[in-house]
Amino acid sequence: MTSFLPVFLLIPFAGYIISLLIPDKQETLISRITFGTVGLHFVGAIIFTGYWLLHSHPTLNEKDFILFETANYEFFIDLFFDKITATYLLVGAFLTFLVTMYSRYYLHREQGYKRFFNTILFFYLGYNIAIFSGNLETLFIGWEILGISSFLLIAFYRDRYLPVKNAVKVFSIYRIGDVGLLLAMWMMHHLWHENITFLKLSNYELVHSQLQGHSFIGVFISLMILITAAAKSAQIPFSSWLPRAMEGPTPSSAIFYGSLSVHLGVFLLLRTYPFWEHQLSIRILIAVLGLFSAVMATGVARVQSSVKSQIAYASIAQIGLIFIELALGFEKFALFHFAGNAFLRTYQLLVSPSVVSYLIREQFYNFMPRQHSFEHSLPKRIEYSIYMLCLKEWNLDSFMYRYLWNPLKWAGNKLNFLNLSRVLWFFIPVYVLGLISLFYEDYIPAIVHQALPIFFSLIGLLMVLKSFTERKKARMSWALVIMNHFWVALAISFNEHFTYGHTALYLSGIVVAGAIGYLCISRLKLLEGNVDLDQFHGHSYKHPKIAFLFLLCCLGVSGFPITPTFIGEDLIFSHIHENQILLAFFVSLSFIIDGLAIIRIYARIFLGPHVKSVYEMAYRSS
Amino acid sequence: MNEQLVTQPVYASFHEHDVLHDLKHYLPAQAPLKDFIHHNTLHAFQYLPFFDALRSASEIFGYKVSLALEEYRAFYASGRIREDVLVHILKRRKGTRLLTDWKAKLLTKEFKNGSLPRIGSLRSNWKRQYQIDLDSLVHPILFRILCSYLDQGISMWSFPVWHKGLLPSLRELERTAFTSFFRTERAKNMLLHGHCDIKSLLNIVVGSDESLYKHYLFDQQFAHQGWSGMVSAIEDQPQTLLDQRKVSLHDLIIFELLLEIDALDFHFGTDWTPLTSKLTTRPIELFADVPETELSEVFSIWQEAFEWSYYDQVLAGIQSQKLEKKLIAHTSFQAMFCIDDRECSFRRYLEKFDPDCETFGTPGFFGVEFFYKPEHGKFVTKLCPAPVTPKYLIKEVGTRQKQQTDVHFTKQTHSLFRGWLISQTLGFWSAFKLLLTVFRPSMSPATATSLRHMDKFARLTIENKSPDHTENNLQIGFTVDEMVQRVEGLLKSIGLVTNFAPIVYIVGHGSSSVNNPHYAAYDCGACSGRAGSVNARVICYMANHAKVREILKTKGIDIPATTQFVGGLHDTTRDEIVFFDEDTLSLENQKSHKKNESTFSTALDHNAKERSRRFESIDTSQAPEKIHDEVQLRSVSLFEPRPELNHATNALCIVGRREMSKGLFLDRRSFLNSYDYQIDPDGTYLFNILKAAAPVCGGINLEYFFSRVDNQKLGAGTKLPHNVMGLFGVANGIDGDLRPGLPSQMIEVHDPVRILFIVEHFPEVVLHTIQRTPETYEWFINDWVKLVVMNPATQELSVFTNGRFVPYRPLEGQLDEVKDMAPLVELHQENFPVYLLS
Repeated sequence: MTSFLPVFLLIPFAGYIISLLIPDKQETLISRITFGTVGLHFVGAIIFTGYWLLHSHPTLNEKDFILFETANYEFFIDLFFDKITATYLLVGAFLTFLVTMYSRYYLHREQGYKRFFNTILFFYLGYNIAIFSGNLETLFIGWEILGISSFLLIAFYRDRYLPVKNAVKVFSIYRIGDVGLLLAMWMMHHLWHENITFLKLSNYELVHSQLQGHSFIGVFISLMILITAAAKSAQIPFSSWLPRAMEGPTPSSAIFYGSLSVHLGVFLLLRTYPFWEHQLSIRILIAVLGLFSAVMATGVARVQSSVKSQIAYASIAQIGLIFIELALGFEKFALFHFAGNAFLRTYQLLVSPSVVSYLIREQFYNFMPRQHSFEHSLPKRIEYSIYMLCLKEWNLDSFMYRYLWNPLKWAGNKLNFLNLSRVLWFFIPVYVLGLISLFYEDYIPAIVHQALPIFFSLIGLLMVLKSFTERKKARMSWALVIMNHFWVALAISFNEHFTYGHTALYLSGIVVAGAIGYLCISRLKLLEGNVDLDQFHGHSYKHPKIAFLFLLCCLGVSGFPITPTFIGEDLIFSHIHENQILLAFFVSLSFIIDGLAIIRIYARIFLGPHVKSVYEMAYRSS
Repeated sequence: MNEQLVTQPVYASFHEHDVLHDLKHYLPAQAPLKDFIHHNTLHAFQYLPFFDALRSASEIFGYKVSLALEEYRAFYASGRIREDVLVHILKRRKGTRLLTDWKAKLLTKEFKNGSLPRIGSLRSNWKRQYQIDLDSLVHPILFRILCSYLDQGISMWSFPVWHKGLLPSLRELERTAFTSFFRTERAKNMLLHGHCDIKSLLNIVVGSDESLYKHYLFDQQFAHQGWSGMVSAIEDQPQTLLDQRKVSLHDLIIFELLLEIDALDFHFGTDWTPLTSKLTTRPIELFADVPETELSEVFSIWQEAFEWSYYDQVLAGIQSQKLEKKLIAHTSFQAMFCIDDRECSFRRYLEKFDPDCETFGTPGFFGVEFFYKPEHGKFVTKLCPAPVTPKYLIKEVGTRQKQQTDVHFTKQTHSLFRGWLISQTLGFWSAFKLLLTVFRPSMSPATATSLRHMDKFARLTIENKSPDHTENNLQIGFTVDEMVQRVEGLLKSIGLVTNFAPIVYIVGHGSSSVNNPHYAAYDCGACSGRAGSVNARVICYMANHAKVREILKTKGIDIPATTQFVGGLHDTTRDEIVFFDEDTLSLENQKSHKKNESTFSTALDHNAKERSRRFESIDTSQAPEKIHDEVQLRSVSLFEPRPELNHATNALCIVGRREMSKGLFLDRRSFLNSYDYQIDPDGTYLFNILKAAAPVCGGINLEYFFSRVDNQKLGAGTKLPHNVMGLFGVANGIDGDLRPGLPSQMIEVHDPVRILFIVEHFPEVVLHTIQRTPETYEWFINDWVKLVVMNPATQELSVFTNGRFVPYRPLEGQLDEVKDMAPLVELHQENFPVYLLS
């Protein structure tokens, strides 16, 4: 049975690759490939699960293949199958199958028909990797694919302003989740000295004995997991991204933001349940978070006057309840609730355009001048205040700005004195100095030696901050992102004596993708003149090929699992000691901002209304 | 103060009332979705000749107002724009000497991209000079508050204070609550203490130069023209919302200015200087003359050539028709339909399958104007053209229809605990429903269908008992005299005064669709976006009324006692027809009705087949019955964004006897209004026809025109990401501007040509008729619709140009003939040329 597991990843992968190769105009072929792929997968899932159920539903685990190995480090793909996977598989396959069938007609003649189905398959691939994953590393691959495909789906209408703006916004929240996962993985390494599988985590004795001595580490890991789950499932304080993700065609919003994507946070909690099950503080925290999310989101849902945001907030509230159920230990119940909520919200979103004729008719026959809701019994002062807070989404959206992005921007703006030549003239010598001191490492006093990694990682962080806030020069911004990785590599090199192979592995993808990306921007600059980062330029309108190539470069540079950098990133983290919180903080922060800076460059240059075709573009506010 | 500004000539001062009036005039005028009525999108420019208006609208507001140059050139290359027509137009406009020169310009010259539009040029200085993105700070909260305030029933907890108007309501919220929509104190205090009128707020934001205020307000409101237009529309006709709201553009502007001050205070503290203090160049006056350019002329020539390439063959076809009526010994039945272009092919098939029948076209409210109140309804619905305000009320009595419900739309699913129960129980039912909707679509409570408009078996209160029998100041039913007036008007206007067949069908139309917020746009425009079933039934009752017939006889309309009128409803999406009150038919007529019903049914099958050629997912070569089934399936499929194509490709309006166009294949592109000049020598009825047809057909045509050429700014864009806002509008995503106009799925097959009216009468009568009222004349003299008159005596054609009729001789020689339409419609999806039917 176990050997069948990889098939469930290969089917969507093959479908995705094939769908990429079909020419744009072949609508029928594209949709057939898609629903053929998903249909086959769905049928396979039913048969497999049936067989599995009949054979006393064992928990399956397969260490699939090792991507990278050294004496004390192993990066391997691990697949896992149990009732959680089974539920997510069946629900996901069922919904995706129906929605692809639905979209065949719905998207007929839409520009980007192929792009839509490509992205759906890509998403589906990521979804399956995530739910079949047997360790955090494999999960992380799926997680990254989900993030980027979400970005592409939200920005599906890429020549309008709002979808692009919201896509960047959602991506930035996802990025926080990614780094939470990365930090959890980092600590897990130190806790177990290996890439531990979920199978081992479900061994109570093992986990219990290990955590006994490291209760702080245990809490830290659980917290990171909770942050990641909360970000993905749009719980407080991240909730405001979910309604804003409803920018793509209705079926894609229905399946991703109504059902599958948002419930992956729940999946992560379910998966790591054995790990945090015995940490009472974490369970209380999860329950409280769920409760707050449920109550606040219900309030927001009650005041929503647009149908999709209402469904989104109602769904967040139910996920809050699922969090509570999980915290209380009702695992199976949570699974059941997930399935019901996913089906309900998908269907509601799909029929949402009908709401006009339905509710108007209902109003026509049953109108009562004003339906008093229970809030009217509250004192006016309280009633109005709560109403206004709900309407403002409890300031959650501005909260993210005020406490997360604005400080970063502020810090970046302090670096405005930097320009490309200053960067080169100052930092290259410093870097060379750094390399020299690395070579003569033994002569450096211990206290300095300890501070050096932090110092260099801080410089890396500054680089990427500057990149994130750069308004003018796209190429400089891009170069700074690349340099950041060099600084990180340098910083870590002081930490431990590992072979240069690790560094090479880490930097290889970045160098190649970075160079090609640089050429892309240069080429575009040659063709179009000024390319600054102060506004969206929408150049994918005229140069879709360069846009696609540059997107690949962005993925390469940001450590997406298409280059060895992906493994290198994980590897680099494993070289940060568990007591180097500051270093870990700087490196992970620079990874967050790094991803943001890259997606910002991509969005600003290639997405949004095309600057040179004012007369054919939609209004900014639409 | 900037020096450049000081040296400007005397400042115009700011007149709030005038500016608001202008703003309301230029903003989109689309009413809430349930009252969607087609209108000329650029109605504000209608005082100008068509091409001048296009040029101005484009330069001022940045609209794209024609096809792209490459599109015209491609049409020319493919022969859809004919060379002889183009040469003809160039000769007329430029003379023979400049012909080659201009032809080269049209065909090959490269033109540079135009400059930026004038709108927004002043307000863009916030970003340029202050590096602040004011819109992104103000719009989301502004839209959210507006939408919640106006919401018609999506939210469970509605705006807590509403009856006083927008500003007073906000004031009360701000005064009472612990929290605030504002982030700083100044703006909030100004709202609370009432120190805010538009002028003084503009003084803070823009500065003391009043001459720029108008420009600033236009910039500001046109940054979200959808919302502003909706507010303006609701302000003018509050009854368009069932749950009425007091709102005004004035309040919206004040609130927005306060939010702008708030955003600026938040960003800069209180010591920022107004916009004009950093202004380096004065923006061009918004409404200053827009001079003609070579490019704009090139566009107008292409557009004319495109239009006349089509018009010319139509006119050639019309001229080739024989006008004498073929004598029919026994007319089997007569049927009256709406002038709607969707009935054009249906009538053709009826006449084909029963050559003894006669069909007529007239606006689908059939001359009876009233409000309708279905039983158990809490409101009345207007069933006549939008500008008319009826004095009558028709009520439905004795309905057996039950309202079906669907729990998926109910609000319980969004509450916390009931939602918890529902998602775990009903959630799994949703999965099943989802499966059904994809594999077996069927009629559901979510479907908007014209059949529910009125219960076939219910009675209607058509006859007035006594003049004081009223409800809400509306007279219930019509008196006999009022009935006579309407029946006489109808029959005379279509020229049916003698030779009545035993059965006269009067068939209204409506549509069925699901997942379609624009459903009202698919129904009958002459019934204010509703189905025409009640009107059909009402007028039939009147025409069957014994006393009415008695009086009609004295007026020269002698309807034989054996003749009976039967009302019906044609569902244009499903191609279904239902008849009303058939049980009142005499035995004799019941027999022939049976026979006629099968004629209708065959005609509908073939009509479905002809329509299906535009639908990618249906194989048009199948048998008509099979296709008909598939067409019906579309109307209930959630995933079908194109249940029907509505008025797409409309291009003509023929006013005259059926013989003018009976022998032509017009490809469902023509509105057909029956009219007999012989009954109406001085044009009295013609005046009534044109008075209604010009704005209705012209409005439909121009809305399609502009939504097609600029689907982003003048249309609604693709409908796939649309999100329903407050039940009155659609937007993309959750914090976007409302999108008035038509979605791309409705207009993608439309050819943007102005509608050509072809009227059968003598030119001098027609000229006199259209000049009777300035509102009607404006449509013709400014060329928003084109007009050709056919002299019924000589069949000579003349085109209305610059206020007079100029003779026209078609360039097209002989049109092709087709014997059978079935193989023709299987050929391709594109528009067909005009064919002669043989």
